[in-house]
Amino acid sequence: MSADLVIIVTGILVAVPCALLGTLLVLRQMAMVGDAISHAVLPGIVLAFFISGSLGPLTALAGAGVFGVLTAVLIQALRDTGRVREDSSIGIVFTALFALGVFLISKFASSVHLDLEHVLYGEIAYAPINPLVVGGTYLGPRTFWTLGIVTVLAAGLVLALYKELKVSTFDPALATALGLSPALVHYLLMGAVSVTVVGAFDAVGAILVVAFLIVPPAAAYLVTERLSHMMLVAVLLGTVSAVAGYYLAAALDVAIAGAMTVVAGGLFALAALLSPAHGLLAHAARRYRSRRAFARELVLARLAALGGSAPEEELARALGWERRELARTLRSAARGGLVETAGGEVRVRRARSGAGRERRRGRSTARWPGWR
Amino acid sequence: MPEILHELVFDYTIRNVALGSAILGVAGGVLGCFAVLRRQSLMGDALAHATLPGVCVAFMLSGSRASVWLLLGAAVSAWIGALVILAIVRGTRIKQDAALGIVLSVFFGAGVVLLTAIARSGAAGQSGLDRFLFGQAASLIWPDVVTMGALAGAALLAVAVLFKEFKLLAFDPAFAASLGYPVRVLDVLLTSLIVVAVIVGIQAVGVVLVVALLIIPAASARQWTDRLSVMVLISALFGAASGVAGALISASGANLPTGPLIVLVATGIFLLSLVTGRRRGLLWSFLRDRRAAPEGLR
Repeated sequence: MSADLVIIVTGILVAVPCALLGTLLVLRQMAMVGDAISHAVLPGIVLAFFISGSLGPLTALAGAGVFGVLTAVLIQALRDTGRVREDSSIGIVFTALFALGVFLISKFASSVHLDLEHVLYGEIAYAPINPLVVGGTYLGPRTFWTLGIVTVLAAGLVLALYKELKVSTFDPALATALGLSPALVHYLLMGAVSVTVVGAFDAVGAILVVAFLIVPPAAAYLVTERLSHMMLVAVLLGTVSAVAGYYLAAALDVAIAGAMTVVAGGLFALAALLSPAHGLLAHAARRYRSRRAFARELVLARLAALGGSAPEEELARALGWERRELARTLRSAARGGLVETAGGEVRVRRARSGAGRERRRGRSTARWPGWR
Repeated sequence: MPEILHELVFDYTIRNVALGSAILGVAGGVLGCFAVLRRQSLMGDALAHATLPGVCVAFMLSGSRASVWLLLGAAVSAWIGALVILAIVRGTRIKQDAALGIVLSVFFGAGVVLLTAIARSGAAGQSGLDRFLFGQAASLIWPDVVTMGALAGAALLAVAVLFKEFKLLAFDPAFAASLGYPVRVLDVLLTSLIVVAVIVGIQAVGVVLVVALLIIPAASARQWTDRLSVMVLISALFGAASGVAGALISASGANLPTGPLIVLVATGIFLLSLVTGRRRGLLWSFLRDRRAAPEGLR
């Protein structure tokens, strides 16, 4: 298998579990937990190094896994004291554990080769040159195995507990009433996130994991209303980021993980701007349309108060508007068949048919419930 | 110990490190109170990571490692990151936690891309990233300390002048808006001051640990009081104490990194506050519950 393909597949194997679990994290407003875990596992890696005397991939993974779950437990315990809010609790736990890890490395391991940057910011470009060899048999790139297992675990959790995850994410009280345990679901999810973060950052580095956990699900959240769709869209966006990011990095000769992150960020920006339901442009357009509609309603109301017709100048004075603003509103009202202007005199137009009147009233009352 | 105190006054390096850490502790402690109360503890995390592309661009443009340019670049890009976070939270239905995560990871990823571009041109090695991530308190020189002091002083002055406004913003932004305060402007201003605190800290303790100094002293101080003004003072005190203690411990032996020690001292203060804090200490409520419990349940 070519080196390009190994890297791309590795990227996708990070994107898929991250998208599935990240969707749940984003919906539960726990997006920063992935970032916290990716830093907090450092002392686990260092301790595993002390105990085993070497930094094999499995020892590091085991140490990091233990500390990943420990981080989730500590965050929850600190929050449950009722003395600290969730965001502070996350911040305190992960910075303290990270400080402990850096301290342990400097104090006890500075003479040993323990490359901090590589541990934390693993390099996806090394994926093709790290094969898994068991008993002399070549079994393919190591990342395929670690990340393949992670992907199967994450997908298995989501498929097996889809209903439970969904209910406890959107309505924890209902989940409890139904006899499910939101706490158990929470710890299962945290465990899965820990395994994913740990399994993935060894291969691709912490930034890419955090980015894939948060950015594609957040973009998906802007374009869909269903949990299952959100997961699928997030998986798709993550995959696109991995593939496009690789080629971007190859074209510009820059860091691959960074380029994948940047592509994911670009996709999010597109979603934030262009999403038909929740995008910034759609919002602005909706605001503009309702402002115009409100202006038309004001003109109609004022005209009605003036007896159904009035000279344009008088109308502008009564409204306290600029003439230009009034003219603009009158044009749009005339297009909608609401008013007609003849020789400077503005008049409310009678509806030609019952249907037209209904349509107009329906439109009006739908937008301005309190307006008659 | 007296020896250490003697060195604190007369040793150039130790004095710089201790003073710089104390400045950072005060700035982080004071601004952290507002971040913690507004549930924006992790804002500092996102902004600290968001400084990286700015540092790279500043380096590319100026071609120098002069810390003024790099700090300026860091500030500008963190500030842009802050505006993006505010825009995402206000303009879309994405919640704050995800907005922070997006800015953190995308800005940092962009920074790494720029960094590799710089490394390829042969101008700077990975060592830059190392220092950026983990800080190097021991390399602080007197002009660095003066810059940190000036920045922190300006930020503290702004907090002092706008204390009432920031207090309202922290506890009841809707009420502040109804009183006619420019809530959005204040929001941006307070976030900008957090950027300043981050900038002050990055050089000394690095990206991750500067976050700790924005959260931990404030969360500790919260255990001792229900008044914001008192909380700010206690938090500043805790921050400064952690800074000085961390610097001194790290000076007392070999291979003791300053940044992590500052954070570990701050964490110790936090745990102590959590258990024994005057207003809300866990120990006191435990004892109260025991006294209140009927005889048979003890």
